[in-house]
Amino acid sequence: MSEEKKLPRIEIIEKYCKGCYICVEFCPKKVLEMKGFVVSVKDLGACIKCMQCELRCPDFAIKVHAE
Amino acid sequence: MAYDYESRIRPGKLPHIWCPGCGHGIVMKGLIRAMDTLSLKKEETAIVSGIGCASRLPGYMDCCTLHTAHGRAAAFATGVKLARPEMNVILVGGDGDGTAIGGNHFIHACRRNIDMTYIIMNNYIYGMTGGQFSPATPTGHKASTTPYGNPDPAFDIVKLAIGAGATFVARGTAYHANQIDKLIAEAIQHKGFSVVEILDDCPTTYGRRNKYKSVVEMMNRLKDVAVPVKAAEKMSAEQLEGKILTGVLHKVERPEYCDEYAKVIERAGGNK
Ligand SMILES: Cc1ncc(C[n+]2csc(CCOP(=O)(O)OP(=O)(O)O)c2C)c(N)n1
Ligand code: SF4
Ligand code: SF4
Ligand code: SF4
Ligand SMILES: [Mg+2]
Repeated sequence: MSEEKKLPRIEIIEKYCKGCYICVEFCPKKVLEMKGFVVSVKDLGACIKCMQCELRCPDFAIKVHAE
Repeated sequence: MAYDYESRIRPGKLPHIWCPGCGHGIVMKGLIRAMDTLSLKKEETAIVSGIGCASRLPGYMDCCTLHTAHGRAAAFATGVKLARPEMNVILVGGDGDGTAIGGNHFIHACRRNIDMTYIIMNNYIYGMTGGQFSPATPTGHKASTTPYGNPDPAFDIVKLAIGAGATFVARGTAYHANQIDKLIAEAIQHKGFSVVEILDDCPTTYGRRNKYKSVVEMMNRLKDVAVPVKAAEKMSAEQLEGKILTGVLHKVERPEYCDEYAKVIERAGGNK
């Protein structure tokens, strides 16, 4: 495999997340899903590092670490 | 790179008290980015609020802050600005705080054109006290005090600010998060009284009563209803029916209050 895609690290601060679904819904690549009351990463490989989830989260609960 | 919001938040203050999906947190993040854009120093920046969920914002911010009486942010902030004209003074609050009990202070701050920025988070309701209607609640919509629909027309906060004499007026939405910091930064840079209305959401006391099934539905409504002022220029009246203009909607130059007051002091011989 020659594909050298550098994956971001998506940090979820579980004690801040209130499970509002904003990041899940407005992620253009459907990377995230709800697990119980807290968001979690379903498909990291699909992430395009657009930062939309981090930008809109009202609770400072999701961070996308990418170079 | 993940954005560093924490350096402008008082240690230990997160998680905040706002409900799941409440847009006030999105606005606070926009304000933090605007402060970073302008490299505002915390010792030289005062954030002043009244009372309400929106007015809780200063409590989280690591800078000079004042959480005052309901509707009175503009009065306290005017005192701060006159005493320390070199400070950046930013007012924050809700639609109820700013246009009901605080409506008088709001219009006169606009009229004075004192160099401060007012961020008004309009979620169309008194969120904190359980969803009573505010002067921004749309006609026909439900609140705890208008269970059969609100008979009153709503204030257009932008038009109110322009009519009262604010010299910079802009509008954004909680959905269009990446625009919030830009509007706030431009407002802070403007010399004179600047108003930034952010259309916001209160899922807990407004959304539920008005048939929004989720926070996402409320966000989608903001997404659909907003039209950037530039795009609106190319649209017909028909296409603009039911839409709300966003962006910088008013910008003029007019003498600023602190400068004018300094001249009064001069004329009265106060600096001798
Ligand atoms: C003098 C006075 N009257 C009434 C109240 C009760 N009160 C607290 S917050 C609020 C309304 C807040 O609405 P808004 O400013 O829209 O903020 P939101 O909670 O919606 O963010 C009211 C009426 C009060 N605290 N003080
Ligand atoms: S950075 Fe963009 S693509 Fe990646 S999870 Fe967030 S919203 Fe989805
Ligand atoms: S937007 Fe934030 S609070 Fe809402 S589900 Fe996503 S991480 Fe949690
Ligand atoms: S009651 Fe409404 S305005 Fe107050 S925190 Fe909850 S969602 Fe936000
Ligand atoms: Mg309100």
